[in-house]
Amino acid sequence: MRVPPGVSPGDFAAAIKQFEAAVGKEWVFTSDDDVELYRDSYSPFWHEEEDRVPSAAVAPDGVEQAQAIVKIANAYKIPLWTISTGRNLAYGGSSPALSGSVILDLKRMNRILEVSDKNHYALVEPGVSYFDLYRYIQEHKLKVWIDPPDPGWGSPVGNSLERGGGRGPLHDHFATVCGMEVVLPNGEVMRTGMGALPGSKTWQQYKYGFGPYVDGLFSQSNFGIVTKMGVWLLPEPEAYRDGTVMVARHDDLVPFVETLAYLYNSQIVQGTAALDSPLLTYRVSKGGGVVDLPGDISVAELERIGREQNIPYWSSELHFYGPAKVVDLQWEFTKERFSAIPGVTFKEGRSYRFPVELKDSDDVLRQALGIPNLSVFGFLGKTLGHMDFSPIVPLSGEAVFEALKVFGEVYHEMGVPPQNQFISLPWAFFPRAFVFLFGFQIMHDVEANKRNREVFRRLIEACAEHGWGEYRTHVAYMDDVANVYSYNNHAMLRLHETVKDALDPNGILSPGKSGIWPKRLRKARA
Amino acid sequence: MKNARAFLLLLCGVTLAAPAFAAPDESQIDRGHRVYDKWCFPCHGTGVGKPGTESLAARGQKPAVLEERTDLTAPLIKIFVRHGVLFMPTFRKTEISDADLDAIAAYLTRNNKH
Repeated sequence: MRVPPGVSPGDFAAAIKQFEAAVGKEWVFTSDDDVELYRDSYSPFWHEEEDRVPSAAVAPDGVEQAQAIVKIANAYKIPLWTISTGRNLAYGGSSPALSGSVILDLKRMNRILEVSDKNHYALVEPGVSYFDLYRYIQEHKLKVWIDPPDPGWGSPVGNSLERGGGRGPLHDHFATVCGMEVVLPNGEVMRTGMGALPGSKTWQQYKYGFGPYVDGLFSQSNFGIVTKMGVWLLPEPEAYRDGTVMVARHDDLVPFVETLAYLYNSQIVQGTAALDSPLLTYRVSKGGGVVDLPGDISVAELERIGREQNIPYWSSELHFYGPAKVVDLQWEFTKERFSAIPGVTFKEGRSYRFPVELKDSDDVLRQALGIPNLSVFGFLGKTLGHMDFSPIVPLSGEAVFEALKVFGEVYHEMGVPPQNQFISLPWAFFPRAFVFLFGFQIMHDVEANKRNREVFRRLIEACAEHGWGEYRTHVAYMDDVANVYSYNNHAMLRLHETVKDALDPNGILSPGKSGIWPKRLRKARA
Repeated sequence: MKNARAFLLLLCGVTLAAPAFAAPDESQIDRGHRVYDKWCFPCHGTGVGKPGTESLAARGQKPAVLEERTDLTAPLIKIFVRHGVLFMPTFRKTEISDADLDAIAAYLTRNNKH
């Protein structure tokens, strides 16, 4: 049996016995076969020693059991890596940052405690998946929508805490969080926001409570174990419609994104807007890149091809939600604003009134209508999984131009062939920002994975050199990303470490999460 | 174990077929159907946007919908669920217990010819 670093086999055996007493023998996993299930299914370290492998897993079914586990872990200094549903795939799945950690698997805590379709919120435990919550809402005929991320197999708690994004009007998932219950590293239970007031009637209705607002401390962090969370839901809208805006020339992107930013930040366009480029798709089809590579078809040539074949340079499908007559007006107003760009064209899209029974022939993105699904893997179907590089860049055309140039330079410098890029143009999952998503393919090829990790690390550096940083990262790169958020001699990371040392002196909770290590495992910074 | 997924890649390209032997009871099949609907259908079901079905179809597996197969075996189903393959991840025992997995196997082998 693998043992956590710094823990004697005798102490570990004693801790395991106590875990078994706390949750039942059935819910403590120590055999190789069972522990294997907690490795990263999309590991960039296949067949390498560096692969993050846990020592065991323990699965409580309620907050009291979670508290008991934390107390035992403190007594023996056992590192616990917490997962909700463990589907953080592309960012490490259920695997820990520190090999030998015991996985604290919260999947059994899967109760939907409340769903209100009068004031549009839910209170859930971490093991509740988006599919579970959707089914519950359907079964109870409630008039609310969830906002699932592209793969719906994760959980509202896990995805929101990782600050994930979706497609509908509530696409910024951490922004929908309202009230948490947290087991602190000393085993004490705390409730945030209005939950701090015993008997509160507004825990899921008002976020801030009184005094400092601490919920952010528990996102992408290792300061506590979130055991309940409030999440706001969307009142089922009367209607949805979408439409596509297209512009012809490369430089049109500047007024295009400026107009988009106005509409998006005014909440006239409500769903997540994703930038597309039919001409760059054409370039990729000819063996070129999304990013700018030497020898690629030039901008002028692409514009000429676009004129001849009537292919727009840039486009975006925009999504509107609300009363039928309002969404029609929103689309009309959107067209009016974009019409300031010479040569802009529009394509009418889909239109639905709810409730609706979708047919297979409806090619609408289900998740944009609050329906969880896994269709994104149709796109990824031939891969062994992927890891995501996801930098935040400004919501501007100039930033997109610069990013495609910088990414191209890195790809050229590192000799990455265009067909391996697997990069999408940016999305606006979050207000006022773009995020690029690079899906690096995972392979059962040690050298190829090593090479991809080098490219990944070089991209982190190159982005930081240009003022861009990742919104989230795979466990393999948490130190690298934390290291570039270094303003004023790493003042923010030092604050995280101060908080970590104060709340978790034994360093038991998720060591290494977001680059935050407990004192006993902390390495000196260069 | 480390190479289990690599092994499965070879395996799934070759065969999923083998005869089944014992006929399981109806309640076990019903339970398996429920568990399948919850955990497997979103990827392996019928209809649009089912990447597991699409992936099997792309690799020439017929029928691509697992519920329509008559040649799956319980041991093979368990290997795929516990080890994953391609972009299909492993499923843990807190998600699909051993008893639930037995039920899924009973459901997916219900139409096998004995």
